[in-house]
Amino acid sequence: MPPKADLEPAVPTGPETAAAPAAAPTEGRRRPRAGRRRIRRLTTRDRLVITVLLGLPLLFTFVLVWATTLASIGLSFTNWDGIGSAKFIGVDNYKELFTNYPPFATAIWHNLLWLGFLAVVATPLGLLLAVLLDRKIRFGRFYQSAIYLPVVLSLAVIGFISQLIFARDDGILNTLLGTTGPGGHPVDWIGNPHINIWVVLLMAGWRHSGYVMVLYLAGLKGVDPSLKEAAAIDGANARQTFFRVVFPVMRPVNIIVGVITVIEALRAFDIVYAINGGTNGLELLSVLITDNIIGEASRIGFGSAIAVVLLLISVGCIVAYCMTELREEKS
Amino acid sequence: MTAIAAGPAPKATGAKPSASPAVAPRRLGLHVFLAAVSLLWLAPLLLAVYASLRPYQETSKYGYFSWPHHLSFAYYREAFTQSGMAQHFLNTLLIAVPAVLLTLFFASFVAFCIARVRIRGGFLILILFTAGNLLPPQVMVTPVYELFTRIPLPYWMSDSLTMYDSYWGVIAIHIAFQTGFCVFVMTNFMKALPEELREAAIVDGAGVWTQFWRITMPLCRPALAALATLEFAWIYNDFLWALVLMSSGDKMPVTSALNNLKGQYFQDYNLLAAGSVLVALPTVILFFILQRHFIAGLTLGATKG
Repeated sequence: MPPKADLEPAVPTGPETAAAPAAAPTEGRRRPRAGRRRIRRLTTRDRLVITVLLGLPLLFTFVLVWATTLASIGLSFTNWDGIGSAKFIGVDNYKELFTNYPPFATAIWHNLLWLGFLAVVATPLGLLLAVLLDRKIRFGRFYQSAIYLPVVLSLAVIGFISQLIFARDDGILNTLLGTTGPGGHPVDWIGNPHINIWVVLLMAGWRHSGYVMVLYLAGLKGVDPSLKEAAAIDGANARQTFFRVVFPVMRPVNIIVGVITVIEALRAFDIVYAINGGTNGLELLSVLITDNIIGEASRIGFGSAIAVVLLLISVGCIVAYCMTELREEKS
Repeated sequence: MTAIAAGPAPKATGAKPSASPAVAPRRLGLHVFLAAVSLLWLAPLLLAVYASLRPYQETSKYGYFSWPHHLSFAYYREAFTQSGMAQHFLNTLLIAVPAVLLTLFFASFVAFCIARVRIRGGFLILILFTAGNLLPPQVMVTPVYELFTRIPLPYWMSDSLTMYDSYWGVIAIHIAFQTGFCVFVMTNFMKALPEELREAAIVDGAGVWTQFWRITMPLCRPALAALATLEFAWIYNDFLWALVLMSSGDKMPVTSALNNLKGQYFQDYNLLAAGSVLVALPTVILFFILQRHFIAGLTLGATKG
């Protein structure tokens, strides 16, 4: 739809015709391009529209995201089991968590490992692929689609596919390695608790790097070509041009990619849940929370305490994000 | 857009001599590398498709890397009927379609208020939404569950008479949670849009709604297409919320249908592969339909500085 056509019916609108044009130019003249915020007089109808359509999502987020998060923090100091009344027990849950709950340390380690693997291996790989694909090459679209395809798959599906590949007795990888025959020593890729986390990380990274690639591909297309030309004229080589000019200019995309990497690492759940329910070497904080809360034991207070630990880890990332945004806003 | 970006790129990529023979081997290496990566990336999927077409007895006898003796769609039929997939597909659509549409609508308006109307406190609102999306969903699980079991709904809306075990609850939590990410992306996108058009509309007396729906939204179509693909994939693939907020097996979304294919003692991986391919199909198809818009939409515009 051409935008011109959209403008036409906007002309003869209601009572705000008089107020709005009077307000807009004066404001514009008084502060010409100075402040980022321009206060414009809004009509009653405008205020009503904003109140309703901004209020609804705000209400949703407040009640379902923020209020429930705060409630979870409260619950973590109780021994609630979901049926009886909750009793305040102070930091007992946390004490037990850190002293008497072996899966907890494993899960924290796995979550950090997940974050590290995505940040150090999968994300840079995605960036590299994006840089390679950001030129007119033959089959570019094919490569791009192939690498991106896993992103739209659910981690549950990926979990099942990994079983097909990594199963001990007739999995594809062991067949390929030739260890399945008599006398061979097939590696139990999924059953061995020392190995399986790496297999899962490989699959998660497989998906993640495709995702990062698309984000950077989009970011690279948005970089002003004259910047690169200017850098080349100034005698910068390819590496310098990329790291000193192109990469910093992509800051908004970098932030998105960073945010997504953290989210993926902390939320990781489906893939291990699909493989073995998140046990036997595949413990993750998200799994422990789910098990305690909706499992048979129904230890809601305890599960909430684990959730709060996960929350604290993500709060670190949230604060970092807010700081960068704040700096952006000020500049 | 590709042409613009691709033009100067090779120039920047190297101290490339002007003689063309040097180009060919480098390009070849590039293609070999990219082809290898693509193959590696596609291999699991192709193998899953291949395995799903062959009977289990055959693959267990000859291995997955063997020439096929029998190829059939029998597993697909079995996976579809045995897991009641038709019902579960419908359930997923009932959840995902309204959730995606409402999320995009609300997020766009919030972004519009932040980036264009520049309401007071807009920055705070942006932080509130984005930071909310960074919270791990597991933190909200218990209170949301408790809240939903206490919210009564009339019978025509939910046969459980509460928000719990109804699609309304799952849709609501998806909207509340996913709006954050969409606000984040849409705000960045809208900030980069030209202002002139909307200013002209303001001069012509257009209200906030007209500026939003008729002027700004049509310009956001690429970003909306990109977000629609992503959000649909995410909500479609959700595992956790349905697990927590639903109790009736027949209301579960399609991802959980795969669990019905897991045998108690014996796992027929080929059957699971067929089920996985079936479950993956809708998102893959949507991806190919919206692919063109996808890249354009994620450009975000903001990098022009």
